[in-house]
Amino acid sequence: MTRRARLWVLAAGLLATAAVYAAACTELPGFGGSWHPYGDRAVHAALRQRTANTISSVNFDQRAFDTLGEETVLFASVLGTVVLLRRTRDEKRVAPEPVRVPAALRRYGLLMLPVTLLIGLYVIAHGQLSPGGGFQGGVVAATSLHLLYIAVDYPALERLRPLGLYELADGAGEAAYVLLGAAGLLAGPAYLANVLPLGTFNTLSSGGTVPLLNAAVGIEVTSAVVVLLAHFLAQALEIEGDAEEGRTA
Amino acid sequence: MDDALVVAALLLVAAAATVAVFQRDPARQAIVLSLLGLALAVLFTVLQAPDVGLAQLAVGSAVTPLMILLAVRKVRRKGHRK
Repeated sequence: MTRRARLWVLAAGLLATAAVYAAACTELPGFGGSWHPYGDRAVHAALRQRTANTISSVNFDQRAFDTLGEETVLFASVLGTVVLLRRTRDEKRVAPEPVRVPAALRRYGLLMLPVTLLIGLYVIAHGQLSPGGGFQGGVVAATSLHLLYIAVDYPALERLRPLGLYELADGAGEAAYVLLGAAGLLAGPAYLANVLPLGTFNTLSSGGTVPLLNAAVGIEVTSAVVVLLAHFLAQALEIEGDAEEGRTA
Repeated sequence: MDDALVVAALLLVAAAATVAVFQRDPARQAIVLSLLGLALAVLFTVLQAPDVGLAQLAVGSAVTPLMILLAVRKVRRKGHRK
C-alpha cells in the first residue's frame, strides 16, 4: 500500500471512530445528575454482600475476574521488565559510591518511612471498608521502602530489601488469587464465586472472599513494584556495559 | 461550590499537562509529571472517586516519575562514557 492509500485508510478509520463515539456520547446521562443505573445496582449488590466499599465489591466480588486480568497484566509486565533489564554477559556490576545525605533529608526520610509503610498497610487492610485496597496500598507500601534510598543510600536499601523474597511473594500473590478463584469452583457455583461467610457489615472480616483477594493483590502489587524499581535502580546505579562502550565509543 | 472545585481542579490539570508537554528536559518533565499526577488525584477526589485518586497519587506522582528519572540517569551515564 502506498503512503497516500495508508493515510486514506487511517482517515476513514479515525472518522468512523469519531462518528460512532459521538453517537454513543449523545446517549450518556448528563454530568452530575441523580440517575446512576449502574452505580445503584453496584451499591445494592455491595450491600447484599456486606462489603462497605462498593468499589472493592465490584473489583473483588462482582467483577473479580476482571481484576484477575489486571493483576496478571502487572505480573506479566514486571516479568518482562526483569527479563529485559537483567545483567547480560558483557555487563558488569559496579558498586555505587556512598553519597553524603544532608542531615535534614535523612531525618525526614527516616521519620516518613515507617509512617508511609503504615499508611500503605492500613490502606491494604481496609480495602473492603474504605477507599483504597490492595493496589493503592501496595504501591504506597512499596514506595515507602525506597525512602531508604533517598534518606540513607543505595547499599542500605539493598541490605534491607531481600529481592529474592519479593520475587517469590510476587508469584505467590498472583498464585493466591488464582487458587482463591478455584476455591469458588470447588465450594460454590463458579470460578471466583464469593463462597466464604459474609460476616458483619463494616467490620474488617466482612465481605467473604473480598478481604482475601484484596490481600493477595496487595502482596502481589507491593512485591511487583519493589521488583520493578529494584531492576530500574540496578540499571541506573550499578550495571555498566563494557562491550557497549567499545562499540559505541 | 462543588462545580467551582471541579473547574479549579480541571484548570490545574490542564496547566500542569501543558507545562509537561512544553518542558523539553526529561528530568524536569518527570517533576512536572509528578505535579500533574497530584493535580489528577485532586480532580478524581473532587469528582468523588477517591479510590482512583489514591491509585493516581501513588502511581502517577511517585512511581512513574521515579522510573523516568532512573531511566534518564542510565541514559546520561551511558552518554558520559562515550
